Amino acid sequence: MKTLLETRGLTAFYGDFQALFGVGLRVDEGETIAIIGANGAGKSTFLKTLVGIRPNRGQDITFDGQPIGGWPAQRIHKAGLAVVPEGRRLFRSLSVEENLLIGASGGRKGPWTLKAVYDLFPDLVEKRRNPGTALSGGQQQMVAIGRALMSNPRLLLCDEISLGLAPKVVRAIYEAVPLIRGRGTSILVVEQDVSQALAVASRVYCMMEGRVTLTGRPRDLSREEIAQAYFGMEAA
Amino acid sequence: MVWVNAIIQGVLLGGLYALFAAGLSLMFGVMRFVNIAHGDFIVVAAYLALTVMVSLGISPWVAVPVVVAVMAATGYLGQRLLLNRVLGKDILPPILVTFGLSIILQNALLETFSADSVRLPAGALETASLTLGDGIAIGILPLAMFATAIGVIAGLQLIFYRTPLGRMLRATSDDAEIVPLMGGNNAHIFAIATGLASAVVGVAGIWLAMRTNFDPAAGPVRLLFAFEAVIIGGLGNIWATLAGGIILGVAQTVGAQIDAGFQILAGHLVFLLILIVKPTGLMPRMTG
Ligand SMILES: Nc1ncnc2c1ncn2[C@@H]1O[C@H](COP(=O)(O)OP(=O)(O)OP(=O)(O)O)[C@@H](O)[C@H]1O
Ligand SMILES: [Mg+2]
Repeated sequence: MKTLLETRGLTAFYGDFQALFGVGLRVDEGETIAIIGANGAGKSTFLKTLVGIRPNRGQDITFDGQPIGGWPAQRIHKAGLAVVPEGRRLFRSLSVEENLLIGASGGRKGPWTLKAVYDLFPDLVEKRRNPGTALSGGQQQMVAIGRALMSNPRLLLCDEISLGLAPKVVRAIYEAVPLIRGRGTSILVVEQDVSQALAVASRVYCMMEGRVTLTGRPRDLSREEIAQAYFGMEAA
Repeated sequence: MVWVNAIIQGVLLGGLYALFAAGLSLMFGVMRFVNIAHGDFIVVAAYLALTVMVSLGISPWVAVPVVVAVMAATGYLGQRLLLNRVLGKDILPPILVTFGLSIILQNALLETFSADSVRLPAGALETASLTLGDGIAIGILPLAMFATAIGVIAGLQLIFYRTPLGRMLRATSDDAEIVPLMGGNNAHIFAIATGLASAVVGVAGIWLAMRTNFDPAAGPVRLLFAFEAVIIGGLGNIWATLAGGIILGVAQTVGAQIDAGFQILAGHLVFLLILIVKPTGLMPRMTG
């Protein structure tokens, strides 16, 4: 399998506060990777650093064979790295359809068009003229995912797409994951819901306090190991 | 009849104020950026129009597009090269920098054009008017000015709600931080916004030059009128800016009808009244 994304020794700072201490991670083409970890572990900071809305100059990040450390975020986006940001962050003065269309601004060609997104999330069709923020939480999350897909990314990063949603809605959203991967997009999800992450991912990274504390295939990891890596304590 | 006349004149004057205000409102809407030098840019455009048409004798059909294009290009470059550097979470640096720019522009105009007040002659148009029944005459020039304002605002509305550029500008207004994650370049989008606003400033400057005498110190008062129109109408809604301009214009002409010295004060009083009664303006932005 060809390596799609690889970071080595990634660091990040908020002023004097260091949020990441040398994170190494690899995503191969066609994989679904999950990052799990407690509040404040640095998961979102990691994604923001990857996509360039946190400074990443001089960092060792290879994406699709290119060193993207220090590239402006819009250039990284056009190279095929898209993100569903934490909290969705739909544009509130844009309609659902406009939110989707703006995701295609980078001009990358591929299988994801308005029609393909509406096929993936049929719920959105009748809401297309509504303001993006006038939808249910689950539908908003679908718009956020669709918006990212519209750029036809090689790799889709999803930051806590299940947060605050009912289990039924979470299941509906996660049903899209294999369909997305089936169209040639690799996926990296950040999840606090460990069982969801283990169910969907081919490999898992666990983060704690800015470091990767455990990595492996779900079936090779025991509950004790995960609890240890997640909370930093011996399981009872 | 004098009252009806005053109101009509006020409405038409409101078109000019809406032109003053549109650029200010646009820049604030997209970037949360308050340009203190806005009025001075209007005056710069007025002098530019005067220079191109009177000193160089170029026909208005060529001169108007040239003035608008020069202003737009200057706006784009000024944002890209200077103002983008001071944009950030803190709103104070842009205010300080544009305040400084305001003083620099006034002094540069004073050096170049002297303190004498000037006006752009509009020839026969200046006195032409439409007579509507008993005692009411509408000047062609104010009417054309009002029509220009409607056209400019409709054009901005079209750009904002019917084009991919407008979509990007509205998205930037909502949440600029994540616009790069859609492939947009913040520096470029901000500069486009200022370029658009400056094109409107060009149009406003030409009308200012034809309507009144102006001098290098005329900017701050135009800024004040623009502010008042924006606040009266409500931020972030371009038709509301027209409404704000009209209310301000009518307040002034009706005030002048009461007493010639009362014109400007009447405008300020109405502004204060609306600020007290409805601080968000009469037609604030809809939020989802
Ligand atoms: N804007 C910021 N300024 C200062 N510190 C921040 C900022 N954002 C995050 N941090 C800190 O960086 C650390 C990592 O935060 P981050 O948001 O990346 O965690 P996370 O794993 O995504 O958590 P969550 O599951 O709550 O989303 C935390 O200690 C947090 O307090
Ligand atoms: Mg997070």
